[in-house]
Amino acid sequence: MTYLIQGETGDWEVVVGLEVHAQAITNSKLFSGAPTTFGAEPNQNVALVDAAMPGMLPVINEIAIEQAVRTGLGLRAVINRTSVFERKNYFYADLPQGYQISQFLHPIVGEGTVTVDLADGTSRDIGVERLHLEQDAGKSMHDQDPTRTMIDLNRAGVVLMEIVSKPDIRTPEEAGAYVKKMRAIIRYLGTCDGNMEEGSMRADVNVSVRPVGETELRTRVEVKNVNSVRFVMQAIEIEAARQVDVWEEGGEVVQETRLFDAHKGETRPMRTKEFAHDYRYFPDPDLLPIRLEEDFIEKIRASLPELPDDKKARFISELGLSAYDAGVLVADRDTAAYFEEAAKGHDAKQVANWLTTNLFGALNKLDLEIGASPISATHLGELVGLIEDDTISSRIAKDVFEEMLATSKSPEAIVEDKGLKQITDTRAIEAIVDQVIADSPDQIADVQGGNEKGIGWFVGQVMKASQGKANPGQVNGLLRKKLLG
Amino acid sequence: MSLTKDDVRKIAFLARIRVPEERLEPMAGELNNIVGWVEQLAEVNTDGVEPMTSVVETETPLRADVITQRAISDKILANAPDGEGSFFAVPKVVE
Amino acid sequence: MSDLRDWTIASAADALTKGETSSVELTDAFIEAIEANRSLNAFITETPELARHRAAESDARRASGDAKGPMDGVPIAMKDLFCTEGVRTTAASHILDNFVPTYESTVSGKLRDAGAVMLGKTNLDEFAMGSANITSYFGSVKNPWTPEGANADLVPGGSSGGSVAAVAGGLAIAATGTDTGGSIRQPASFTGLVGMKPTYGRCSRWGTIAFASSLDQAGPLTRTVEDAAIMLQAMAGHDPKDSTSLPIDLPDFRSACTTDVKGLRVGIPDEYTLDSMPAEIQKLWDQGAQWFKGMGAEVKPVTLPHTKYALPAYYIVAPAEASSNLSRYDGVRYGLRVPGDSLDEMYELTRGEGFGEEVQRRVLIGAYVLSAGYYDAYYVKAQKVRTLIAQDFKKAFADVDVILTPTAPSAAFAKGEKMDDPIAMYLNDVFTVPASLAGLPAISVPGGLDANGLPLGLQLITRVCQEETLFRAASALEAAANFTARPGDAS
Repeated sequence: MTYLIQGETGDWEVVVGLEVHAQAITNSKLFSGAPTTFGAEPNQNVALVDAAMPGMLPVINEIAIEQAVRTGLGLRAVINRTSVFERKNYFYADLPQGYQISQFLHPIVGEGTVTVDLADGTSRDIGVERLHLEQDAGKSMHDQDPTRTMIDLNRAGVVLMEIVSKPDIRTPEEAGAYVKKMRAIIRYLGTCDGNMEEGSMRADVNVSVRPVGETELRTRVEVKNVNSVRFVMQAIEIEAARQVDVWEEGGEVVQETRLFDAHKGETRPMRTKEFAHDYRYFPDPDLLPIRLEEDFIEKIRASLPELPDDKKARFISELGLSAYDAGVLVADRDTAAYFEEAAKGHDAKQVANWLTTNLFGALNKLDLEIGASPISATHLGELVGLIEDDTISSRIAKDVFEEMLATSKSPEAIVEDKGLKQITDTRAIEAIVDQVIADSPDQIADVQGGNEKGIGWFVGQVMKASQGKANPGQVNGLLRKKLLG
Repeated sequence: MSLTKDDVRKIAFLARIRVPEERLEPMAGELNNIVGWVEQLAEVNTDGVEPMTSVVETETPLRADVITQRAISDKILANAPDGEGSFFAVPKVVE
Repeated sequence: MSDLRDWTIASAADALTKGETSSVELTDAFIEAIEANRSLNAFITETPELARHRAAESDARRASGDAKGPMDGVPIAMKDLFCTEGVRTTAASHILDNFVPTYESTVSGKLRDAGAVMLGKTNLDEFAMGSANITSYFGSVKNPWTPEGANADLVPGGSSGGSVAAVAGGLAIAATGTDTGGSIRQPASFTGLVGMKPTYGRCSRWGTIAFASSLDQAGPLTRTVEDAAIMLQAMAGHDPKDSTSLPIDLPDFRSACTTDVKGLRVGIPDEYTLDSMPAEIQKLWDQGAQWFKGMGAEVKPVTLPHTKYALPAYYIVAPAEASSNLSRYDGVRYGLRVPGDSLDEMYELTRGEGFGEEVQRRVLIGAYVLSAGYYDAYYVKAQKVRTLIAQDFKKAFADVDVILTPTAPSAAFAKGEKMDDPIAMYLNDVFTVPASLAGLPAISVPGGLDANGLPLGLQLITRVCQEETLFRAASALEAAANFTARPGDAS
């Protein structure tokens, strides 16, 4: 799918690269033993080294290294056996050391690939340039005091994985799909919770435009503060359109950092003095290079879970799901796990159907995540089982489902309590059929006069009389036999 | 390479040190003396030489991912020149 | 205790063990001496109450049979670069002149745990940047030594100037120092003391205010080589809080202090002969070689071809690291803040006012050599030269066990000298910087007096982690030199 901006002078192509900052799941910070929990009182989760007290020194958290390697493997990327922490020097109120410890020339993870799934059913590979580890900064609060900015260092030193894509993205949709897929992968891996609202996953978007046919890249602009998939897509549309206007008016796009303002639907330049940015990177002399042993990497590789792409392929080939359903189910690790649990021993296609149409709709209305579903995976599987073995009809199953949603009870218990078991006893059904026939002489004449469709009316009457419990197939058979001979 | 007064002003801002206008010129002179002197390193043939990363050849140690320091904000804030509640405070920043 | 300068750690430990004196008695005597000699300006912060308290604790331990070892009860001085819990720690800078750490550095903590009694925090060059102790915000330190027949105040060397003045002046039995390019060895040479810089990584840097992280090492300043061994034993050891700390056990340094150097191969590097060096220093150096020969050592020439590039490489690497290390002094979380209308103005005013001239110069040089376009030409180049310097030593140590050099190219000089010319000042470290760049252990031992009656030191350098060899050779040199002179003016 191409995405072109029609300008006065012709069509323009959009070139996008994404930098995803994902907070690695660890108990303690990258270089200190302070906790990483969200929502603590200001400056509670701060160790002496996080506040850059004189003489304090960083020591690397081994799980941070493991999480970075695990993520790298999940991105099908090269793991670098030697990597180096460097200092990125700049002054800011929430950067206590006056430098950020990051990786520059020698990141821990090199090139990899993310396959993104698009709405038209196609997929595309987007290149990953690198993944490096770095420490997060603290938080500046500008609106608490008229003359001062307040500083909270709780986040300072939290482990971030910065994942940089190649400029392979050409449409807002691809960018959105990339972020979604990245989130799915890190959540599957358990290396990041992917929570964009709490800021444990953030994205910066690098956007440039060029006339269709041009091969050189034009000046790119970094758009910050884009904290949802929807905003990523919006920010690209808005920024690309702005750049096309600039070029077409004979102007020049300047390399800068802009902030996305979802409220106003615009990007605007940050007021930081860009010219002064000269980060003076150099290897951090407080830390030695990290050297990874082959068996350390292999051990992590062996412990990787099945990732969304593989799972999707398996759902299609082994369970016979459609590509669409499989894609929907694997997009989120919890959904995929729920599905696999529910489908155990049951018809996978039917389970998928119940999940994607009924349960998703219900959860949506209740504003619940799948993890908080009132209907457990086992119960949903059991419901499908009751249909499969003809204990209830699909019609009754819908009522049972509603009851399950309201009470969290097992479908068997509900069927039992409410006496919803399907009537399959031919004699019992025959009695009801006979009664309905006896009560409806006019309709009989109609059917026997040639209107076979009139049978449907009789089926409806029988089902109504049986409170929906009669097996519809049997009812139909009996009526045909009795009315049409 | 010789540093100008303007270069000194730029570097001083990078380092966030206020050098008074009248000190810029003399400072440029002092820095040029030092830079000129260290430039003798250019004579050394360093082809194929790896830059030193650490004087001791040991591996970087990794620490277990456990919490060893929590709720010491009184120690963290003990020397703060300005603050409010348990925040540090600085002059207002406009982003 | 007629002359407090008679005390060594070893003799104090002995007297304490025998009950000839108590830690409180010793400590009181030194506190009195400190108060009587404030003109030396050796201390930034005196801690007499804390000292008396710790001395009393030490005596109590000893009384109950729990004395800890040779440092227990011994009054020492602490360079004001080591963070000390509850005791102001300034790095001799205005920017930290009100900073009271809530934690104790590993080195000072280890000494405290060994029972040493801290008398106070000694003066130094601001952030340890200097070779004469004239850059301190708290004023310069006076060398207890004065030239014969003259009345000029001499510098004590730097940056550990307060520490050496304290020990040489009889205000402490020993003191801690830190050495980045010579800051223990050069002042030891200027004051007739033993100054030891161990292998990089022997002493933890945790809690020591950083100057240049890849070079900084703590070490002892003492009257004797044996004292240096005793004190280093207490200061050093693996610390998991410092990623560059050596993860190996310490040998017993004191037992290495024999004077048996028979068969020891002593190298004399040609490149350490400077045209500008006073003849007396060359003479002392030759004498040192003779002493070793006389004791059965094998003395031979070695070559360290990149020596002349050590100092310029150092003056790229050290300021580069310092410029980054000192970024944390920004007026936000501790230390001086000079108010400004914006965050940047607050930074600029705070750092402009808080840092002295030499510190500013080095921070600017450091920022410059790391900046875009210059990084490869300066910083990377210097780190490559550093590799070559380390290789020079490695090759030399294939042939010899220790290398003998002068410690400094001059004796202590008068306060006004070299002050206007940073490079002339930097040249003080010409003999000490190479070992720092290579991370090697080195020691300065007093060798004799010059014509003006001022002490001169000789330096011994050895392989990484071979401190025992160093203590053995240094003990022999000490015995041969038999240096007994004392500064004339301090009591």
